[in-house]
Formats: sequence, structure tokens, C-alpha cells
Amino acid sequence: MTALVSLEGVRFHYPGPPGTRFELRIDLLEIARGERVAFIGPSGSGKTTLLNLISGIAVPQAGVVRHAGRAISALSNAQRRTHRIATVGMVFQEFELLEYLPAIENVLLPLRVGSELRVSHATRKRAGELAASLGVTHTLRRRPSRLSQGERQRIAICRALITEPSLLMGDEPTGNLDPTTAATTLDLLFEHAAAREATLLIVTHNHAILDRFDRVIDIRELQGVGDAMTSAADGPAGTAS
Amino acid sequence: MKDLLYLSMRHALHHRLRTAILVLCLAVAAYLPTIVQILSLRYEASLTARAASTPLVMGAKGNRFDLTLGTLYFRPNALDPIPYREYQTLASASAGLAIPMNLRFSARSVPIVAAGLEYLDVRGLEFADGTPPLRVGDAILGSAAARELDAGVGDTVYSDQSQAFDIAEAPSIALRVTGVLEAAGTPDDHAIFVDIRSAWLLEGAMHGHEDAESIDPRMIFAETDEGAVLNSAVRELNQITPDTAQRFHVHGDEGDLPLSAVLLFPASEKDGTIVKARMNASQSLQMLVPSEVIDDLLGFVFRIKGFLDLVAGLLAASVGLMTLLVMLLTVRLRAPEMRTINHIGAGRFTTLGLYACELGLIVALSLVLAGAGVTLSLALLPDLVTAL
Repeated sequence: MTALVSLEGVRFHYPGPPGTRFELRIDLLEIARGERVAFIGPSGSGKTTLLNLISGIAVPQAGVVRHAGRAISALSNAQRRTHRIATVGMVFQEFELLEYLPAIENVLLPLRVGSELRVSHATRKRAGELAASLGVTHTLRRRPSRLSQGERQRIAICRALITEPSLLMGDEPTGNLDPTTAATTLDLLFEHAAAREATLLIVTHNHAILDRFDRVIDIRELQGVGDAMTSAADGPAGTAS
Repeated sequence: MKDLLYLSMRHALHHRLRTAILVLCLAVAAYLPTIVQILSLRYEASLTARAASTPLVMGAKGNRFDLTLGTLYFRPNALDPIPYREYQTLASASAGLAIPMNLRFSARSVPIVAAGLEYLDVRGLEFADGTPPLRVGDAILGSAAARELDAGVGDTVYSDQSQAFDIAEAPSIALRVTGVLEAAGTPDDHAIFVDIRSAWLLEGAMHGHEDAESIDPRMIFAETDEGAVLNSAVRELNQITPDTAQRFHVHGDEGDLPLSAVLLFPASEKDGTIVKARMNASQSLQMLVPSEVIDDLLGFVFRIKGFLDLVAGLLAASVGLMTLLVMLLTVRLRAPEMRTINHIGAGRFTTLGLYACELGLIVALSLVLAGAGVTLSLALLPDLVTAL
């Protein structure tokens, strides 16, 4: 398998006084196309930061992040956003659906806020097909507050899949779900990732589901156990788009 | 842009109450100064135009605003009378066209303007129906007055009696409507026009009764060279008809009969200046240039308008600040939503665009509402010159 995502010599820290700030250091990480990877680690160990770096939301102070060979960490903010909308689908822990939009419009949201994409008859049809495949067609006219937790979660998955991304990411997408709904959610993510040969990256605290992934990466091992806090020399401040 | 507008519209609709309050506040802040500005300009234009078309007004010495507003806009006020003789003197001086006016009476609170027939010509009033008055007691109605009185050609309107329980006062007189004028958009629309002699009829100076020679001799108190003094039990006529027209007459000198004012349209500027100087030298008369009086009046009005503008400006500023506060709070409340949109792939301009579009929508709605309010107000509000 060829690497869809690679991180080489990545160094990232949030602004803060030297000696007290967190720094993420990854010498090399490669994730193959279609691979299903779970990231684990205690809170504050840098799992979400890693997802932000991979998705291009955050930019490392040093090192390179590549998507299919393209160095996204070297792109401008606008280029990274365009790249993210087109290639990355994200499912957030709280789903983060917009309450003022009905479910169908939440699904179509990436097409409305992206500068390169447009809502069309074809994309509406695709949203309908996604909703049908996830069993939430009946909820498309409802607002998020009138959906069950499971329905909201499926709509969030529809939103992540609407742009047919090659990289599907979830930041603890099962964190607030009961075991049954969590299992169903994972089934859906695996199923849709497999159907599109998309790479699936999930951050989770739920060790019961880890055996379903191709690879499980403990973030502490990735950057050296016990070295999460650093007093290394300061680098330039990181930027987020 | 279309997508941002759509999302903003959805957000605004979702928060209906907040949006409605903002729209209403901004609309009021836009409506008030606009309507005050338009109405004051209209008021000024209306007052100025009518004043400018009336070169000179002569009347008894006294309040010049009362005389001007009374003769030009028929505002009800008690103008001191001047004798008809003054009009005759002015007319005989051949200084221009003089039109006598008597403005003391009304019919169901609609002002009765007793004037020479030339008045219709100088004001450019056209008949929508009927003919000019043919005899004393005939009347023509302005378009709005006809609607208000629900009267037309052939109908009768009765003058208001000034003293209902004083039998010495003239009784209510029936006025026969012979014509209705087309709307002119001026105070003339709201008036009843009669010949100047009809005003004397209303004054009681001209009256009609049974023929003294055919009545019971006991009703005659005394006989003089000029006529007879009759018992007040002799029935007075309250309507002039072809049969009774010959029985209406004036006692005493016609020159003593009362007028409220005389409009003068001088033949030349020089004539006007001479007449004005002569009249203003008089102890009992004054000759006014209405446009000067109205300019003075507008000076007062616009001093008040300046204050209203200040109030409207303060109102607009406070509403603007309130809107700014609401938008700043909205930015804070929507921070998680904007973070999500940003994580999905939207840029800073997109998030700023969302705020800007929503603000733009609210402002646009407010302006539409304020515009509708202004249009409605201008359509429904009565003519200010008549109403104020």
C-alpha cells in the first residue's frame, strides 16, 4: 500500500511560556491509502492536535505533512482550506451540527462554505443517497434538536462524506454514545470508508473497539513516552487556518 | 455569496424574535428622521408655494401670522373686520386686482370662503361639476369639502350658527350648491366658496323677510323715509330662492359692511410697493407680503426641526450602538459554530461574510420597512398645511 498521509520531522507547539507548553514531535508517521488507524492516549497527549496537523487545520513549526505526496504544510491558508474541503471529511465528538439548519442543509454545509464547491441537483441527490444508506432519510427536514443522538451522529457522518473525501477523520466520534450506538457508528464509518477506499483515522479513548482497526497508535509511543512536556528551544509560533 | 446569503437568512429566520426586534428598531431609527425631513420639506414647499402666489394681503392691524394663515390657508381665527370701503378704495386705485374676502363662517366646521369670483381664476380652480354661484346664497364646494359634507350640485348646506340662543344673531342660512371644484391639492379643496354678499347674508347684515306692506300693520313699529321698523316677530327668510331673492336687502351703507381681508395682485411691482407703503401708514390697516411672513414662520418651524433632527440623530446613534452590541454578542455566541465551519474548510472571509450578510439582511429589511412606513404615512396622513 502507498502512503496517503505522511508526517516527517514534525514539531508543533501552541503559544505559551517556554518550559510549560506542550510540544508534539513526530519523526515519521506514514498511513497507507485505505488503512484504518486508531489513535489512543491520555487527554492532553496531542491526539486532536495530530488530527489538526493531518487535516491542515494546524501547521507545524517544523517538518512536513503530506497528502498523497503533496506537502500541505507548505500550502497557503486558502490552498489548505480548499484542499481540506475536497479531501478531508471530519466527524466531531459533539457532531457540531448547526441548529438553525435542517439536517439536509447540515449535510450540504461543506459545499456552501467551500469556495470551490457548489450545491447542485447532483449533490442534493448524493446527500439523499448518503442519508438513505445511513437510514436517516426521514430526518432530513428536521432540525438537529429534534434528532436522536444516533440520528445526529449519522447526519454528521453524511456531512463528512458529502465531498467524497479520501481521508475520513473522527475525533472521538463514539465518545458520547452508548455501546450499541457506538458500534453501529463504527460499522458505518468502516463501511463507507471501505466503499470509497478512504483512509480512516479515529481518535478514541474506547479500548473495546481497537481490535477493529488495522493499526492502533499510542500517541505517547509515537513521540517518546514521558517527553510530552518539553523545555526545548522555542520555534516560530504555529498558525491555524 | 449566494450560499452565504442563504445561510445568513436561515440564521436570521431561526432567531426570529431577535431579528424582528433589530429590524424594528433600525426601521424606526430610519423612519423617524426620513418622515420628519420629507414632511418638513413638503410643509415648507406647500406653504411657500401658496404664499409666493399671493403677492399682498390687506387686513386689520394685528397678528400678521393670523392674517396670513387665515387668508391663505383658511385657518380658523377671529380676524378683526375691515370695512368694505377699504376694498372699494383699493379697487378704485387701479393698482391691480383686489379680491375681498370674508372668512368668519363655516358649515359643519368646513370654512366658508366668501370672495369675489376672480378668486377662482387667480387660484386656477376648475369646475368638476356645475357652475359658478349665480346669486347670493349659492355656494361651490372644494373637492374634499364635497366629500366631507357628502354634498353635490343641487344639494343644500347650512351654515353654522354662531349663537344658537341669541335671536338677535343671524339664523343658520341654507346655501344652495351650484358647483364642485376639481381637486387642486391646496387648502381650497377643503373650503366652501360663496359670493362676498353671501357673507353679509350670513352676518345678518343682508336679510330677507315678508313684504312690510303686505303684513299686519301692527307688526310695524315705525315708518321712516328709508323704510319701516318691524316687530321682531316678523318671520325672516333663511333661504334665497327665485321667489324670495327680491326680498333680500342691505340696510345702511354698503361701505360699512365687514370684510376679513383683501388679496391684492398688483399690476406691477411699483404699484404693489406704493399700495403697501400707503396701507402700512394707516392706523388701522396692514398690508403684508405673505412670502415674507411665511419665511418668518418657517424660521420657527425649522428651529423646531433642528431639535427634532438632533433627537432623531441620537435615536439613530443609540439604535446603531445597540445593534453593534447585539452583533458583538452574536459573534461570541456563534464562536463554536464558526470554529466548526472553519474546521470544515471555510476561511476567515467566509465567517466574516456570514456576519456581514446577516447584518446586511437586517439593515435591508429595516430600510424596506422604513420605506413602506414612509410611503404609507405620506399616503394616509392628511395634508399637513391643512392639518397643522
